[in-house]
Amino acid sequence: MRHLLAPLIALLLVCTAALAQPARAQEFERLVNALPEGNYADRGETVAAIAATGDERAVTVLTALLDGDLEQMNADGRIVILSKQGRDTIATDALTGEEIGEVGRRDTERIRVNNGLRRDIRAAIGVLSLTNPDPGRRLAAAEAGFRAPDAEQIPALEQALSTEEDGGVRLAMEQALAAAILQSDRPTEQKLGAIEVLADRGDRDAQSILSRYAADPELGEAAQAAIDEIARIQRLWGFGQDVWYGLSLGSVLLLAAIGLAITFGVMGVINMAHGELVMLGAYTTFVVQEVIRTHLPGLFDWSLLIAAPLAFLVAGAVGVAIERGIVRFLYGRPLETLLATWGVSLILQQAVRTIFGPNNREVGNPDFMSGAFQVGAMTVTWNRMWIIVFALVVFAALMALLNRTPMGLQMRAVTQNRAMAANMGIRTARVDAMTFGLGAGVAGLAGVALSQIDNVSPNLGQSYIVDSFMVVVFGGAGNLWGALAGAFSLGVVNKFLEPYTGAVLGKIIVLVAIILFIQKRPRGLFALRGRSVEG
Amino acid sequence: MKVFKGLAAAALALAASGAVAQEDTIKVGILHSLSGTMAISETTLKDVMLMLIDEQNKNGGVLGKQLEAVVVDPASDWPLFAEKARELIEGNGVSVVFGCWTSVSRKSVLPVFEELNSILFYPVQYEGEESQRNVFYTGAAPNQQAIPAVDYLMENEGVERWVLAGTDYVYPRTTNKILEAYLQSMGVAPEDIMINYTPFGHSDWQTIVSDIKNFGSAGKKTAVVSTINGDANVPFYKELANQGISAEDIPVVAFSVGEEELAGLDTAPLVGHLAAWNYFMSVDTDVNADFIDAWHGFIGNEDRVTNDPMEAHYIGFNMWVKAVEAAGTVEPDAVIDSLVGVSVPNLTGGYSAMMPNHHITKPVLVGEIQDDGQFDVVWETPGLVPGDAWSDFLPESAVLISDWRAPMSCGNFNTSTGQCGGAAAQ
Repeated sequence: MRHLLAPLIALLLVCTAALAQPARAQEFERLVNALPEGNYADRGETVAAIAATGDERAVTVLTALLDGDLEQMNADGRIVILSKQGRDTIATDALTGEEIGEVGRRDTERIRVNNGLRRDIRAAIGVLSLTNPDPGRRLAAAEAGFRAPDAEQIPALEQALSTEEDGGVRLAMEQALAAAILQSDRPTEQKLGAIEVLADRGDRDAQSILSRYAADPELGEAAQAAIDEIARIQRLWGFGQDVWYGLSLGSVLLLAAIGLAITFGVMGVINMAHGELVMLGAYTTFVVQEVIRTHLPGLFDWSLLIAAPLAFLVAGAVGVAIERGIVRFLYGRPLETLLATWGVSLILQQAVRTIFGPNNREVGNPDFMSGAFQVGAMTVTWNRMWIIVFALVVFAALMALLNRTPMGLQMRAVTQNRAMAANMGIRTARVDAMTFGLGAGVAGLAGVALSQIDNVSPNLGQSYIVDSFMVVVFGGAGNLWGALAGAFSLGVVNKFLEPYTGAVLGKIIVLVAIILFIQKRPRGLFALRGRSVEG
Repeated sequence: MKVFKGLAAAALALAASGAVAQEDTIKVGILHSLSGTMAISETTLKDVMLMLIDEQNKNGGVLGKQLEAVVVDPASDWPLFAEKARELIEGNGVSVVFGCWTSVSRKSVLPVFEELNSILFYPVQYEGEESQRNVFYTGAAPNQQAIPAVDYLMENEGVERWVLAGTDYVYPRTTNKILEAYLQSMGVAPEDIMINYTPFGHSDWQTIVSDIKNFGSAGKKTAVVSTINGDANVPFYKELANQGISAEDIPVVAFSVGEEELAGLDTAPLVGHLAAWNYFMSVDTDVNADFIDAWHGFIGNEDRVTNDPMEAHYIGFNMWVKAVEAAGTVEPDAVIDSLVGVSVPNLTGGYSAMMPNHHITKPVLVGEIQDDGQFDVVWETPGLVPGDAWSDFLPESAVLISDWRAPMSCGNFNTSTGQCGGAAAQ
């Protein structure tokens, strides 16, 4: 009997091996066709089952599902992947890869995904692409595994780790494995090792995973110790983070206020339309981006650099027009100047509202302004960093202009003693216009930066006008250094108060503190003698 | 000069039509800000009202008369809302007013409508805790928006820790008070709720987003319930995206972010964040497709979106038309009485009815933001939810009910004392 059975079993084995391939493919096809059915939870199970078949088409189908491109044809129920080619939508059969052709919006029904399902899909794709030749994909796969740890990923992760050579990817895989081991029923020693791996990672994600085990009878102690350690490091870095946030807020205030430091500080003109000049700068950025989008899409990353000089010119020109048309008739009459420029600000707002509409306009962030990087346990966003750099560059350029150029010399001369300057042959009226234009132009530059972090709407300027006056009054009218010191100290104080008092009360406290400070030192931090002082 | 002549002619024509209007038209007041901070939201509502009135006139008007829109601009200035309301009712003699957006503007006009006995349709989701005889609330009360959204997150995303973030004024404060009471009644511990308020137009979200990240790393699934108003949302979402918080980590469900607000944003990093409304532009019904086509035709721009308050005006306007036709007159008392119980189609494929408490029945939809700036509905209530004027989750208002039908005719009837005029209603 025995020697009869052996060949039979061998034959059977060969048969199943040969059959397994098509059977697996059939199972895959059945599962994909079942995707539109049921609710999100059912779909999650189907996704896991699709990943488990290991079919080579699985990654493509799941990626399309994740991106919301997987749809079902209404006509014959086929599952298709949609892709855009120009204005047309092209459908491709998800199973055979055959191109079906152009379809309209009503021909197909999207297979819906929600947040929970997206997490599952990412994890499923992760397991499938752990051995992808591209290290970037492997890293993403490991990260996805870390975010959605699952004991069932352990064999795949261990397998991938045994062949992985890239150090960064290895680390990510080890962390994902540690997170998965904690979820599994592996022995306690292994789990303690996993806790160490997570403690070394030391960020909030690790803390979040560890917190789940803080109450565990066996792991609790180790997990709690790791959590405390991570929290301690986070607190230390938290101080640096607050300073950074303060500097970042300060740089925004500086940008908004520095133009005002020239018009109000140096010239003594209360320009209530300053915020609207900032807004004009932001809208210039919008227009530049629109032109680039439609005509020269390749230049998009340069859009801000192109917009900056244009914004300076546009806002500067409007500034000169305001000075020539209104302000020059009102020198020495601050109340009338205030009312007149307030009127100008309303006119500018409504003009922009009429031309561009009342809604927000979309200003895109170029690649170098998006995302963040880590410094220790601190997150630094690129846009904030570049804005700080930009603010300092603008400040340095203004200082150089005022102190090292003939134009700056004339401006300072007119500010200090108008009559004497006129006697020396300086055309004071022209200098006034240039100074006002310079302040307005710098406001336009601020608008370019603010378009990256705030709304581009007709109301943009209003939210900055009060803060700008606060900075200039606090820093000391007539001194750019005062504006710098004022902006950064207000920024940092604000950000240190915010976690304790909340944003609303923090602002109030800062305002009251400034009022008290002004009682003591009416001329602000850095007082300067000038026309505004004499008048 | 030509321009001036044209203007003069237009003014004459207007004056002439005004003179005739005394006899032949029914005047409809539109009280929405066309300038100032709220113009961003309210201008659209003015346009949609003009469209609805225009369509009704093409279909023969109301009671055989043409409707005439009277548009005024209260300029986002709350006291001016009261003045303009008075101007509409006393000066122009309008039969009904559609208007207001912010709660403070509504509170400012309430005494005027009461004194002059006219009718106001208010189309925006609000904090509830109010029911007034002359006002019909076609936007959502908290139980038609906030509470179902929280239920969705609890059931479908398994959220256990909550950040309630809002702008510092009456709507977020009241809504968060209701939500806090509701969450605690569902067994959420007080240390699992973080409440944060920011000033209007707040633009520096770094600290708060970092706090939210911190709060979310306690090992429990965390979500943000946002009542952040208007413009402040854009920098908030930008900061979230930049700090790498995706909807899969910490979803944000917003009650004030609709299609209009997203129009000024690159939505790719926001995919998956949620909003709860009673209508989305993406709702796939024939009546909605017709509405969108009509809107695009009227406004002459295929890129313009539709949103929830627009649907509220659509419902409110049709209810008013139906009630006027049932009453056979535009006389306010008769119309107010005949409005209760009126039922008209909404844009999501069902019928909305006016309740005795002057709120309406609506479905509640939860949508996820898509990369094209639209919402994809991921969940909806099985049936219609009737608006509750007085929240059941606040002890002082739980005992109050509102019923404007005779014989009760009371907006704040206290069921424990059996008297009209509860403690919460001053």
